Amino acid sequence: MVESLVLYRRLVAARVRAQLQYRTSFALETLGMFLVSFLDFAAILIIFTNVPQLGGWSVQEVALLYGLSSLAFAFTDLAVGHLDLLGRLVRDGTFDLLLIRPRGTLFQIVTADFQIRRLGKALQALVVLAYALGALQVAWTPVRALVLVLAIPSGAVIFASVWIAAISIVFWTVEGNEAPNAVTYGGQYLSEFPINIYDRWLRRLLAYAVPMAFVAYFPALYILDKPDPLGLPPWLQLSSPLVAVAAAIVAGLVWRTAVRHYQSAGG
Amino acid sequence: MAFIEVEGVAKHFVVHRGKGLLRRERAVVRAVEDLSFSIEQGTVVGYIGPNGAGKSTTVKMLTGILVPTTGRVTVGGLVPWTQRLQLARRIGAMFGQRVQLWWDLPLIESFELLRHMYRVPEERYRKNLDTFRETLDLDPFLRTPVRQLSLGQRIRGELTAAMLHDPEVLFLDEPTIGLDVVAKQRVREFLARANRERGLTVLLTTHDLADIERLCSRILIIDHGHLIYDGDIDTLKARYGTERVVIVDLEEPAPPLRIDGGRVVKVEGPRQWIAFERDRTTAARVTAEVAAQAALRDLTVEEPDIEDVVRRIYSEGAGRRSAGPESSEERSS
Repeated sequence: MVESLVLYRRLVAARVRAQLQYRTSFALETLGMFLVSFLDFAAILIIFTNVPQLGGWSVQEVALLYGLSSLAFAFTDLAVGHLDLLGRLVRDGTFDLLLIRPRGTLFQIVTADFQIRRLGKALQALVVLAYALGALQVAWTPVRALVLVLAIPSGAVIFASVWIAAISIVFWTVEGNEAPNAVTYGGQYLSEFPINIYDRWLRRLLAYAVPMAFVAYFPALYILDKPDPLGLPPWLQLSSPLVAVAAAIVAGLVWRTAVRHYQSAGG
Repeated sequence: MAFIEVEGVAKHFVVHRGKGLLRRERAVVRAVEDLSFSIEQGTVVGYIGPNGAGKSTTVKMLTGILVPTTGRVTVGGLVPWTQRLQLARRIGAMFGQRVQLWWDLPLIESFELLRHMYRVPEERYRKNLDTFRETLDLDPFLRTPVRQLSLGQRIRGELTAAMLHDPEVLFLDEPTIGLDVVAKQRVREFLARANRERGLTVLLTTHDLADIERLCSRILIIDHGHLIYDGDIDTLKARYGTERVVIVDLEEPAPPLRIDGGRVVKVEGPRQWIAFERDRTTAARVTAEVAAQAALRDLTVEEPDIEDVVRRIYSEGAGRRSAGPESSEERSS
């Protein structure tokens, strides 16, 4: 385990070194990512120029949701975003190479890349989160602070798990990232808003099946001491870390099953 | 028990083919059928066959990439697909067209990363790397990013990468494809030496039969998923290489000559190629017949080379197969 972490650090450091060969390009791309990410948030602000509240949430409260969700997703994207390449690896049979090495396939894919420019996105999310926490009058308690701190890694693990489980489908379909992308990117987008504004079926899907509601919605309710508009059990608001662990286990099992279906490719 | 054991192995792929918008057709492709062989430690085996014969599929089953549909496989006593991680430490593989090295890192850094990935002890790693640096002449490009290497340099790098952890067996898929003569020679020498000095077992698939002649003490020939030959080169030549060719240069161009027991296979100006079966006539008799019909200037007798032998086996094998009732679909492997 420790040895794997050391190897992880080594492999990621090698990726980072390769990218830093082109410092200017790295700096510009990171800055670009930072700035472009604000367009996302601008879209939310535009909604609020037309309505004072969204499902009972103020603009600052939605900014908190946005900050939590975006920051978690930025870390996920940094750590596993290159799973998008899986479709190609499976299609052209390059995945073979991962199977002849003495390490887990997921470990090898995850360490195959590390786009540090994605930190630009994390930085933007952090700015929005800081703005939200500054603007909202949060009555801080140790537990609230803990919920906030744990929400980010839990959210990142939930996103990563959903990503892994969704992308596993390419072992069967062999083509196209569209369907898995709809789940991951779409799910992330939905988690930037309070889930009580969605229709009942979508809400259930987000809360229980693809547990995006645990990334921002439930932790935010707890931090803000806000009554749940949906009246769901309050213990859900503290469950994000557990949901994250469960999601990771499910994702691991899905991946394992999926890899067994790998048929390689000609050539 | 032999180091590699393959017993009654079959691999069938289910493929779906779009037919119209919604209808899909399900077809079973039999890439490998009832394959059995065993390989002792320290042998160099050439595994050949036409495209789509099932070569790569076999190698993928031996390395744990694919799970056979039926049959039993063990490599070094391990079942490849259930004990993949353990096996990976003991085998090396190089797939000629696929890059295993880190594309944008200097070659030496790829080696370093692999050392940690395979947990090769520092001392062992140093020793191996020193050997390969010398035998494969890696020093001139050790610090060059892999993407800037020539194909020949890259293949030398890939070979080193596959050997750093002291594998007991090396699986090579087309190791010399695209290389120039000098580079091919270097790779062959390296493999021969690793076999001699380390007792390395090698299984290589190739289309380059010179690889086979220089390296392999044993050949397996597969066609349409079936093993059609298992033995050494001399036996192969003796069994299938019964056809010889006399090339005659006549004083003047002439219509194809009529030779008893032989036939003209090619005419090019005054030069004619006459093929004959060794057991039906002799080169001397063919020559005499030619001399009786036309003025002969020069002649050469061609021994069958392995290319011809293999071409002949492929065409016979293919003919026999496609006539069979259970002829199955082709699949590029």
